[in-house]
Amino acid sequence: MIDPVTLAVLKGRLEQIADEMDATLFRSAFNPIIAEAHDASHGLYHAETGETLIQGKSGLPVFVGAMSFAVKAVIDKVARDGNLAEGDVFIFNDPYDGGTHLSDFKLVRPYFYEGKLFCYLASVGHWHDVGGNVPGNYNPVATECFQEGMLIPPVKLFDKGQIRQDIIDILQANSRLPGSLYGDLNGQVNALDLGIKRMSSLLDEYGVDKVGEALHELRLRAAKLMAANISDLADGSYAAEDFLDNDGIVDEPLKIAVDLSIKGDQMTLDFSRTSAACAGPVNIALSTAVASVYVAIKHIFTEVPANAGVLEPLEIIIPEGSLLNVRAPKPVGGYTETILRVIDVIFCAMAQVAPERINGCAYGTINALSLAGFRQDGSRWVMFSFFGGGHGGHPEGDGLNHGNAPISTATIPPAEILEAAYPVMFTQWALRQDSGGPGSHRGGLGAIYEIELLEEKADVFLFGERGRYAPPGVLGGKSAALNKFSYEQQDGMHHPPQASKMVGIQITKGQHLRLETPGGGGYGSPFERDPEAVANDFSRGYVSRASAESDYAVSLKQDGSVDQLATERLRKEAIV
Amino acid sequence: MINQSNSYVIGVDVGGTYTDVFFLDEAAGKCQVAKVPSTVDDQSRGFIEGIRKQVENLAEVSTVVHGTTVGTNALLERKGARTGIITTRGFRDTLEMRRRDRPETWGLWGQFEPVVARDLRIEVSERTLADGTIYTPVDIEEVKSAAQQLIDAGAESVCVAFINAYANASNELLALEAVRGLWPNEFVEASSNILPEIREFERTSTATLNAYLQPPVSSYLARLEGALDQHGFNGQVLIVQSNGGVMTVDTARQLPVRTALSGPAAGVIASAYIAGEAGFPNVITCDMGGTSFDVSLVANGESTLSPQTNIDFGMTIRTPMIEMTTIGAGGGSIAWVDRGGLLQIGPESAGSSPGPVCYGLGNERPTVTDANVVLGRINADKPIGGKLEKLDVEAASSAIDLHIAQPLGLGVMEAAEAVIRVANSRMAGAIRLVSIERGFDPKKFSAMPFGGGGALHTGALIKEVGLQNALVPRYPGINSALGCTIADMRHDYVQTINGLLEKLDMRVLAEQMSSLAKKGMDLLDSAAVSFENTEAIFELDMSYQGQTHTVDVSLPVKPGKNGVDITHDLIKSTFETRYSNVYGRPLDNIAIRVLNLRVSTLGRRPKFDLKLLAPVDGCELVAASNGVRNVWFDGAWHETAIYQRLPIAIGEVIAGPAILEQPDTTILIEPDLQAVVDEFGNLVITRKQEN
Repeated sequence: MIDPVTLAVLKGRLEQIADEMDATLFRSAFNPIIAEAHDASHGLYHAETGETLIQGKSGLPVFVGAMSFAVKAVIDKVARDGNLAEGDVFIFNDPYDGGTHLSDFKLVRPYFYEGKLFCYLASVGHWHDVGGNVPGNYNPVATECFQEGMLIPPVKLFDKGQIRQDIIDILQANSRLPGSLYGDLNGQVNALDLGIKRMSSLLDEYGVDKVGEALHELRLRAAKLMAANISDLADGSYAAEDFLDNDGIVDEPLKIAVDLSIKGDQMTLDFSRTSAACAGPVNIALSTAVASVYVAIKHIFTEVPANAGVLEPLEIIIPEGSLLNVRAPKPVGGYTETILRVIDVIFCAMAQVAPERINGCAYGTINALSLAGFRQDGSRWVMFSFFGGGHGGHPEGDGLNHGNAPISTATIPPAEILEAAYPVMFTQWALRQDSGGPGSHRGGLGAIYEIELLEEKADVFLFGERGRYAPPGVLGGKSAALNKFSYEQQDGMHHPPQASKMVGIQITKGQHLRLETPGGGGYGSPFERDPEAVANDFSRGYVSRASAESDYAVSLKQDGSVDQLATERLRKEAIV
Repeated sequence: MINQSNSYVIGVDVGGTYTDVFFLDEAAGKCQVAKVPSTVDDQSRGFIEGIRKQVENLAEVSTVVHGTTVGTNALLERKGARTGIITTRGFRDTLEMRRRDRPETWGLWGQFEPVVARDLRIEVSERTLADGTIYTPVDIEEVKSAAQQLIDAGAESVCVAFINAYANASNELLALEAVRGLWPNEFVEASSNILPEIREFERTSTATLNAYLQPPVSSYLARLEGALDQHGFNGQVLIVQSNGGVMTVDTARQLPVRTALSGPAAGVIASAYIAGEAGFPNVITCDMGGTSFDVSLVANGESTLSPQTNIDFGMTIRTPMIEMTTIGAGGGSIAWVDRGGLLQIGPESAGSSPGPVCYGLGNERPTVTDANVVLGRINADKPIGGKLEKLDVEAASSAIDLHIAQPLGLGVMEAAEAVIRVANSRMAGAIRLVSIERGFDPKKFSAMPFGGGGALHTGALIKEVGLQNALVPRYPGINSALGCTIADMRHDYVQTINGLLEKLDMRVLAEQMSSLAKKGMDLLDSAAVSFENTEAIFELDMSYQGQTHTVDVSLPVKPGKNGVDITHDLIKSTFETRYSNVYGRPLDNIAIRVLNLRVSTLGRRPKFDLKLLAPVDGCELVAASNGVRNVWFDGAWHETAIYQRLPIAIGEVIAGPAILEQPDTTILIEPDLQAVVDEFGNLVITRKQEN
């Protein structure tokens, strides 16, 4: 058996290889979704099962679970075709086998050491445009994946080390931004090359047996660690449910439900009570659903490593035909909204058994907003961006104001960069008062972004959520504010009939768009929040006087200080 | 050195625990060092005390160069001034909203408190567009009333930060003038004067932190100058910046944010110089402290600068700084076995208080230092630094037994060795990150430890990463103080251009380059410091159109009589060469963008002959012997020779296993390594078989 010291050393070396692959792509990528938002991931996967062996720490969290399905899809194809060779690289974006959505292109490369297949290396990155009905591919009214972009099954991009230009030609011909696509593709190829180089020097140094044994052992350790965490929790069943506003086509809520049960060192997550597959693009594939469970678990048990062992003590039940387990051609472009909700229900269920590990839900929507048009010189412009919101209150304090989505580590481009690139002016970029869920630890604040158009006209669409079901608090903490979008027309401000999803909006010069994002849910009862903390929130404008009184039962004097007597009275009444 | 009777140049590095002083008496050809406890309440007391250990009459001192942590500490402890921000309507939360990030990838428990609370951030009517057009002129009456509101709220300093001020600063400068008109002190500045660069969060954060630091750093510098005056000093005081260069006290008062990494930067400067003189121009510095291990890369004698650093989550400073890669593996880092049975080091740390178990100050969980003590590598009867009488080996040993050996099923000694191996492998990871991952071949690099703990580990690191050797400077513990005395004067400027190369007017660009260079040269001239020569360095941040990350392209031009001579072709080919070096190959048919112009001006200060540090009348190895001790290596006790390091003569060879002791550090020579004392008194550690 491998000694514990070599194991710890090899763990660090292997993680560093995956991290370095991430860093290489982030630096050289052309599109900001990879370069700035880090919507990409790299790792090492098992030669026979495709299971995650090692994954980079800086990539998009949701890929940690999804990539093993992508590698498995290649393994299955190779088993059918029987022509795997050193130097092959497969490329595809099929979301039903490989997870997530069509924008994510996966490159999978077998790694041979001394002529023998050792493992697979894979790279996934979110490309800027992959065809489909709308630029940027977040089509809120898609009813089939064909309206969302091109669908490429696993094909060889490199055949025995020879690049196949015909494949690149096909890809480029199907994108509105072929140059960006080419740059990103090159970055991913370079990252894989680098991974191969680093793996070879590691294997030269330690030998196939030792590294193989370390990978095997790390999986066992992860499973053991996860099982130990589950054993600490009280046996029992814990249920939670939440809703998506609608699917963008049919204006009806969609239920996401989990029945989480714990028995000894096993945890079962049963999503059977979830709504059936829907017409619009908020469906997800099974692989994506598993990946989102993984993200929730990693946020709760931060110390478990990023390999397949973590999933071993978990049983995940999702029936076929569920919203969370669809096949082609059901549209899946809006997968981010659905997996955020899957994560939220897991948090709410876990809050019942492990309150000391849980926080209020985060803002829960990525708000993909697109503005597009033509400049006076005839050139086309497309501004496509995701926006932030608040994080939940947590055992250690109030939630973070204006954070990124739990499935991502993306930063937002600064207003100045957006204004320099597109004919827009931000008239507001601010924290949103009263948007954090009240709690003894208040949820963090969401944001207000208001944009004025500087060109003659623009086409606008928004793909968001949480317009009707607010991010919940936990342990008596209250919900955050709803997501709210407004667009200006000649007769004033309007709101989308389906709350946070709408296509075909047209605005003209001088008109405004206004996006007000949710905060995070509260943690613990707001009536237990220190009145001085409420007064402080008021003085900073985080919380209004009205909210202090109605949500926190804190009465403030004219100068903003706490009216002790009135507060005592309010709280007595509130608690009864 | 110019003709003057006062002949001392003194470097003073004030750290958290000790104030280190390096005395250079060039006329007499002598160097001396001193170490005194830092005086936390007022660093200037320890400062003067340290100097007076060697020099009674400060009139004999020509220059004092100072690496300070006053700014760093004020940031980390949030003890800067009460500061206000006046900003564009709609943007008062820029500082608090950051770039929509979170502290950790996993776990959602982040918190952030900006240094300026929301009620001290006031909006006024004004707007500039990205192309520099003034869309709304600034409302001066609103600005004045905002300033008055901040004064009434007790703000001591204020930062004016308007959107797109990098593209046209006129609104911001008008507001600045109005605020200055009624502000009671000089702590008023505009963001475009601190950093005229695109990205409102980074600019606002940098300028605001500068305002936040101005009052405490200014008052510290005033106290310091006062104390120096009192002792008869009439020379020049210089302050080390994070970029490794020095500036005058006047500049430091205006730009205190540039001192954020003052101390460590000086250490890297010293390392680069010492290693270069010793014939090793490529070096990776390794600074091991209580909670962290910091590495920095010096290639061809040049230290690596990074354009931006986060002092803490959301505390972004964008000015060039010596690049440090930090991992949580210091002497106080706690070793533990996770529930999956994996041995881990850090990130939790016992720091220097309560410190390792062996300090006996209350920590019961084993640290890296405890492992070194148990293995016999640290002299428990004579701890370095002189704060403790003795280290408790028994306590360290039982902590390792309980927390590491038992869970892993190992013996205590094997467990202690395992802790060191895993700690070494983490440090090696940091070295790989700055070398291999950046395309540098480790075989061409030396490891140079400084600080107290590094020299226990560097031998192992050269083996693990494949470095050429390790170079232990004569006084690793006062490296930063030594670096102060040789650092060059340096001023950095940036201006955002944000245009396509083909469309840039070369005359305009050349004019911008010349004018920033002149600004820096004028500042050098006004410093009353003698330089061997001065130099301007021009860089462009460039990318292909569509990329968001830029590469730094150093232009091979010098300012001449008629300004600088640049062409589109020169810039393009320099960019393509640089791009290829970074990413493999250039791309065809994609337009090239120039984001920023960067200009640095350097005044090179005279360096002293490092041979002054070498042992005089050094002794043979045997004469430096301190006996033998059992030290654990590779699974067994080895009888290991112990020496006093400082008296050993030039040219002496020390074969491992051996331990060399000196007041500020302990040097470990592992059994398969050997060391030789070079002509400067450095110790060069290499593998045995290579010689």
